[in-house]
Amino acid sequence: MMHRGLSKRNWGIAAAVLAFLLLLPLFLPRFYVYQISLILVYGLLATSLNIVLGYGGVFQFHHCVFYGMGGYATALFLTKTGLPFVVSFAAGGVFAAILSFLMGLITIRLSKLYFGMLQISLGSLVWAIIYRWYSFTGGDDGIHGIELPDLVSSPRGSYYFTLAVTLLCLFVIYKILKSPFGSVLQGIRDNPVRSGMVGINVKRHILAALIIAGFFGGVAGSLFVVVDRTVFPDMLFWTLSLEVLVMCLIGGWFKFFGPMLGAAIVIALRTFVSGFTVYWALVYGIVMIFVIFFLPDGVLGFFEEKIKPAKGRAIADKG
Amino acid sequence: MLKIEGLSKSFDGFMAVSNVSLDVKKGEIVAVIGPNGAGKSTLFNLISGVLKPDSGRIIFKGENIAGLPSHAICKKGLSRSFQIVNVFERMTVFENVQISIMAREKMNWNFFTPSSRVLIEETMQILASVGLTEKKDSVCGLLSHGDRKVLEIAVALGGNPEFLILDEPTAGMAPEETGRCIDLIKGLCDRFGLTILFCEHDMELVFAIASRIMVMTRGATLIQGSCDEVRGNQAVQDVYLGGSEVC
Ligand SMILES: Nc1ncnc2c1ncn2[C@@H]1O[C@H](COP(=O)(O)OP(=O)(O)OP(=O)(O)O)[C@@H](O)[C@H]1O
Ligand SMILES: [Mg+2]
Repeated sequence: MMHRGLSKRNWGIAAAVLAFLLLLPLFLPRFYVYQISLILVYGLLATSLNIVLGYGGVFQFHHCVFYGMGGYATALFLTKTGLPFVVSFAAGGVFAAILSFLMGLITIRLSKLYFGMLQISLGSLVWAIIYRWYSFTGGDDGIHGIELPDLVSSPRGSYYFTLAVTLLCLFVIYKILKSPFGSVLQGIRDNPVRSGMVGINVKRHILAALIIAGFFGGVAGSLFVVVDRTVFPDMLFWTLSLEVLVMCLIGGWFKFFGPMLGAAIVIALRTFVSGFTVYWALVYGIVMIFVIFFLPDGVLGFFEEKIKPAKGRAIADKG
Repeated sequence: MLKIEGLSKSFDGFMAVSNVSLDVKKGEIVAVIGPNGAGKSTLFNLISGVLKPDSGRIIFKGENIAGLPSHAICKKGLSRSFQIVNVFERMTVFENVQISIMAREKMNWNFFTPSSRVLIEETMQILASVGLTEKKDSVCGLLSHGDRKVLEIAVALGGNPEFLILDEPTAGMAPEETGRCIDLIKGLCDRFGLTILFCEHDMELVFAIASRIMVMTRGATLIQGSCDEVRGNQAVQDVYLGGSEVC
């Protein structure tokens, strides 16, 4: 059940992936480096959603609000203030966490689907404000051509910065999920009534998880500014939230790296299939249906099951 | 230690618990008995904060806890087990008990120590005291029914309670498992000085371990008294011979 450290093989995979990611700008054309950066950004976004979705059992239907909030906060700090880049970048996560806290105070009163519905309404309100407030946010145009410091303004610089921040965030999220805080969160997902009965303040714990998820969603938004130098209202439109939910679903939301893999699959599909046909949404839909029917644990869950050492399976079956 | 006065709860007009009074002193083992649907589980849900009472007072250690959320009640030293096993199904036996201790130690705000390294000793102690040491790594969804019922109690013990409520601790157990469970409950009271309130359909078990008994029918208290008083009471015999039998 629990992952007690990484096995030798997993270390091997991790080292190979890391080496690939580190060396990739040296041999891949710029376009692909940009795509990989996007995968990292969306992967971080999906992983942050999964803190509450997969590990907390919360119906976080409109996670992108925090992503957009992070992006806008960083973009506005960069364009409207003279503060150092680090401060502007950090503002993304912080403002997203604050928004998540405020929205959470309201939505936490409801549970399950009602929580999700209320979150969509409140999130749409935030979207509408950003969309309408032309003088401050640029309205539906968004903000373009944001100036970045030299270190992260080159394609390579922005890529390595994105990679470093994403890896750091993944590491921290992983630690949090394996800590007592994370164990209790998973306990709440499995059995909220019993969690309350052993002395856990369920609502407060979930609220803390929402803040953490919002924070890392915001960091993903700030990273998008570094990668793309733009922000626009669609970043917090509900359809993007749906897409990120789908990433978690496709990759496997009971696995730590599931959402990251899901993001890679979705972005790759979008990039390559849309090059061949305008019906890429159709292909996308078919992939979705296939996953839901045949891979209930997502792609990662499926492969882990396939290559699981026989010993582990025997223990799980024994009881 | 626990004093209940005029406690009532209705579901859509149906009085599941009506005007119940009960008194439990420190160190006692008190049994609640009554036919199916008498309202025993509902009473326990009210005491432990799973349900909110419509009216009445629940005085625990001199403080009215009626209507408090269950996590607050647990923090005051009252734990419970459930009639239908209600644990963390996807986790192992060890993790189930560990979570309960984490909550007691307020460790749920620890973000950076790996869970696999905390509270090992305390968890193993509780598992040893209920005899689940060997099964510590089994996922609890795969345990036998008897072990699941014992785990149910072990999770409640993780909170290190002074007062323990057990809702039909031996329901569905095989006879030898029942014996083990009786020893366990008695041991908890004798060795750790726990005060216990439980309900049970098995009369032998009730008379074997209860110091006093409260009889409920249709949501109301019939009598509360010593084992002999209850055994000799005409009304009690009517209830038990009158229809819905002990299962
Ligand atoms: N959540 C609920 N909503 C509606 N009715 C309920 C609810 N919970 C219990 N009841 C009703 O209240 C009555 C008392 O139920 P309760 O579970 O307390 O009985 P019990 O004494 O524990 O019975 P058993 O011995 O079968 O466990 C029953 O008639 C039951 O149908
Ligand atoms: Mg019952």
